[in-house]
Amino acid sequence: MNPLQTILILAAAFLAVFGEATLAGLRQWFSAQVDLLPVLMVYAALNSDIVTVSLLAVFGGLWFDALSANPPGVSILPLFAVGFVIWQQRELILRELPFAQLVLGAIACAIAPVLSILVLLTIGQQPLLGWGSLWQWLVMTAGGAVAAPVIFVVFDWCNHAFGYQPRTETSFRSDREIRRGRQ
Amino acid sequence: MLKQKHYIALGAVTLATLLLLSLPPRATSPLKLAVGSWFLPLFGLASTAQQLPITAADAALSRRELLRQLETLRHDNEELRVQATQAAAVAQENDQLRALFGWQRQTAWKLKLANVVMRDPANWWRTVQIDLGSRDGIRENLPVLTANGLVGRVSSVSYTHAQVVLVGDPNCRVSAIVENPARDMGIISPGGPLDNAFVDLSYLSGNAILQAGQNVITSGLGGVFPKGIPIGQVVDARPVEFGLYTEARVKLLVNLGSLEQVWVLFP
Repeated sequence: MNPLQTILILAAAFLAVFGEATLAGLRQWFSAQVDLLPVLMVYAALNSDIVTVSLLAVFGGLWFDALSANPPGVSILPLFAVGFVIWQQRELILRELPFAQLVLGAIACAIAPVLSILVLLTIGQQPLLGWGSLWQWLVMTAGGAVAAPVIFVVFDWCNHAFGYQPRTETSFRSDREIRRGRQ
Repeated sequence: MLKQKHYIALGAVTLATLLLLSLPPRATSPLKLAVGSWFLPLFGLASTAQQLPITAADAALSRRELLRQLETLRHDNEELRVQATQAAAVAQENDQLRALFGWQRQTAWKLKLANVVMRDPANWWRTVQIDLGSRDGIRENLPVLTANGLVGRVSSVSYTHAQVVLVGDPNCRVSAIVENPARDMGIISPGGPLDNAFVDLSYLSGNAILQAGQNVITSGLGGVFPKGIPIGQVVDARPVEFGLYTEARVKLLVNLGSLEQVWVLFP
């Protein structure tokens, strides 16, 4: 487990939730706000361990619910479900291909809000739903698809810039050195 | 071991979620406020960043422009003074007439200005957060409005911020009257998730005669919103439930998508 990567992912989730709440650009143009937490979950599930996935689900979900009218805890399980499934299948996913990242981002951003609404309906809440919600769902899916490759590039750059690099091994071995001349 | 680890994580997250979802409302509200307070430093940074261009523009204003603005403000102030004197005379006359008829005296609205600092990140709720909290005397269910009309009501309050649930959210139902001869009464309910400029006025009587352009105001019933706050104008109406009652589409007077400052109304 790389603690720096976990901290970076959690910091990004914190900023993403704050940005979603304060930046109104997409909401004014498309009448929908894109949620970046599922995209971050895709990255965490493919590049981190299950502890980071769990921490992102719990803290990201709590932060999101704290700034929205959701009851606290609603967003945790949908985020974790997305991360858990990807984490289990991560050996089979070509995580370095931008197309795979795009598809995973779209799927995650499509599934997480649907699960959140299911949880809300299960606990007796009445979210604002209608035919227009389909458009919002499409915008969220498309936004997630676009954001996923970008987030992968940004995090790879951050890891390269701030993380420790593996020591390069040379082929030189002192015990196999051929000593020339007389001892 | 690895298998066990991820099953432990699954169990722990599920348990934590179930615990949070089963908390009573009086416990969830402080929890949300506590978690929300983590964002306070970022709110401070954002407001400072917003103020910077304004401060820079203020510094760049010429003396001539400032004098011109001062003159305009003086002129406006004189006009408002005259209007205030006239309004005071009208109010006095109104009070005398009310006393003659034995009607209850209407109290003046006490208002407090607030900045909208945040919108709901979820697409299925319509709420905003304002920069007034319990330290400013804000409490739950206070009406929120702008100069144009009704915005919503305060739904939860922290020390420095409060959440306002907007008209058109499923959690903000408003009893309203149409300003027509029959004074038809209905309930403002959500219009749709996409367009926040329109809401539905439901449960109007089946024989209500509505026309486009008629004003819709708060009825004062329900105990949250005082009577007479403008809400919007009727766009069209249709019979529902086989003519049992009428439903009207109402265009809100306030543009909820571009709220920057609102007034909190104290009773």
